[in-house]
Amino acid sequence: MGSSANKPQLIVDGKRVSGRGFSDLRNLKITAGVLKKANGSAMIEWGKNRILAAVYGPREVFPKHMTDPRKALINARYVMAPFSSMEEHGRSGPNRRSIEISKVAKHVFENNVLVHMFPKTMININMDVLQSDGGTRVAAVTAASVALVDAGIPVRDLVQGVSIGKIEGTQVSDLDKDEDNYGESDMPAIVSLRTGEVLLYQMDGKLTRVEVDTALSMIFEGAKIVREKQVEALRAKYESNLSEARE
Amino acid sequence: MKATCQKQGNNGDEKMILNNVKEAYITDLIRKGKRADSRAPMEYRPIEVETNVFENCEGSAIAHLGDTKVLAGVKIDVAEPFSDRPNEGVFMVNSEFTPSAHPQFEAGPPNERSIELARVVDRGIRAANSIDLNALALPDGRVLGVFVDLYVLDHSGNLIDAAALAAMAALNNTRIPKYEPSSDEKKRGKLFRTESAGQLDIKSNVIACSFEKIEGTTIADATDEEEVASNGRLTIAIADGEYMVASQKSGAAGFKRQEIMNLFDAAVSKYAELAAHAKKR
Repeated sequence: MGSSANKPQLIVDGKRVSGRGFSDLRNLKITAGVLKKANGSAMIEWGKNRILAAVYGPREVFPKHMTDPRKALINARYVMAPFSSMEEHGRSGPNRRSIEISKVAKHVFENNVLVHMFPKTMININMDVLQSDGGTRVAAVTAASVALVDAGIPVRDLVQGVSIGKIEGTQVSDLDKDEDNYGESDMPAIVSLRTGEVLLYQMDGKLTRVEVDTALSMIFEGAKIVREKQVEALRAKYESNLSEARE
Repeated sequence: MKATCQKQGNNGDEKMILNNVKEAYITDLIRKGKRADSRAPMEYRPIEVETNVFENCEGSAIAHLGDTKVLAGVKIDVAEPFSDRPNEGVFMVNSEFTPSAHPQFEAGPPNERSIELARVVDRGIRAANSIDLNALALPDGRVLGVFVDLYVLDHSGNLIDAAALAAMAALNNTRIPKYEPSSDEKKRGKLFRTESAGQLDIKSNVIACSFEKIEGTTIADATDEEEVASNGRLTIAIADGEYMVASQKSGAAGFKRQEIMNLFDAAVSKYAELAAHAKKR
């Protein structure tokens, strides 16, 4: 974020460098049930992002002293693979950024999962970023929501989101890597369309009141498109299960 | 596993029984439209900021929000610039939840709450371009680094707002030590910490306002007991009285679009009161 000497031009002839319109999302595809061992899983391909979400649980709590007699504990883990970025080899495991993202992702599912149905248990939600291209946290949580449903864990809604940015003074949906790095603002959010609530909300940059309001509206518009892809993924999974069963 | 299994405060057996009692008490009050210290929902506790509390660091401040005390210490050092930003100084915020500050704080590496606090404060100041990083370039190709360490001394709730206030006040009262480059360009020059090369120039004042949601009611400047009863928090950092420069939702509660806008307005309306304490002395 912010200025830099080698900032590329992000808007050319009234369009984004990728050719996208200001509110267009990148290509997005989700596949549910891609792993055998996990209780639920999903792979999301969003722009160049490739993120794998896997869910285990409800299962016994580890470490035991964390057990909550009233509800299931949500354990979310967002990690970027060391080879996931265009830049140099990263360090493996969580860093400060990924610990913060894991925390806000956990809060989404503390709201979204019917945790009171499974006291004294833990649900692990793993999000591994295998290739990153901007907007990984919203993509990861979007995939995780599909993985939870794939695991058969009761949730209030399919949750999803998009990141809204500002590049060269224009507000745009679904920032890619360069737009994120060199743009003036970034507001990633995850929403529940059924309840109208924002469940993950982060922002940095510099926005006026009107711009904040516009960004929120763009988030909900983007979420509608993302939701369709989640539903498609789950439908495809169930249909394949059904045809396997018939054989 | 390490990162995700950190202590949550709300967990652990004996802690939880006490927390449940507190939670019931606070929620009951909120339902009746009251707060334990009889404040209005959007009212802050008395705010006080002391600056230049230490001599050795280049800047320092302690922010008090009621009984909450957060200390910010600023050190200026010579640093190597990041490869993609060769002419920009380095700015870094860290935080330490000292075990002295609260019975549930434990010594050890920063946990997720501590990391979140530091990163939210960092984002606000960075996004507002409060510090002109280009002005921190040194003649020999090196740059100055501005390192802010936030020490929570006494946790009675609303640490983010107190930390943001302490950081801003400390930065507004930070001196830049004199730098003399070495004759050998490969070697780092020397900082003369007792000789001042002027004050750190702050372009924009940033404050943070955090709102906790308890039983559907939103309150500002929550105490630690109110935080135990809270379902979630929205922090909004405001620069220059009108811009949102950082925001962070934490906790399970969701916030509707209109609620976020209302809290944006509430944060803007608190700006003058908070910023007055952060400004230069």
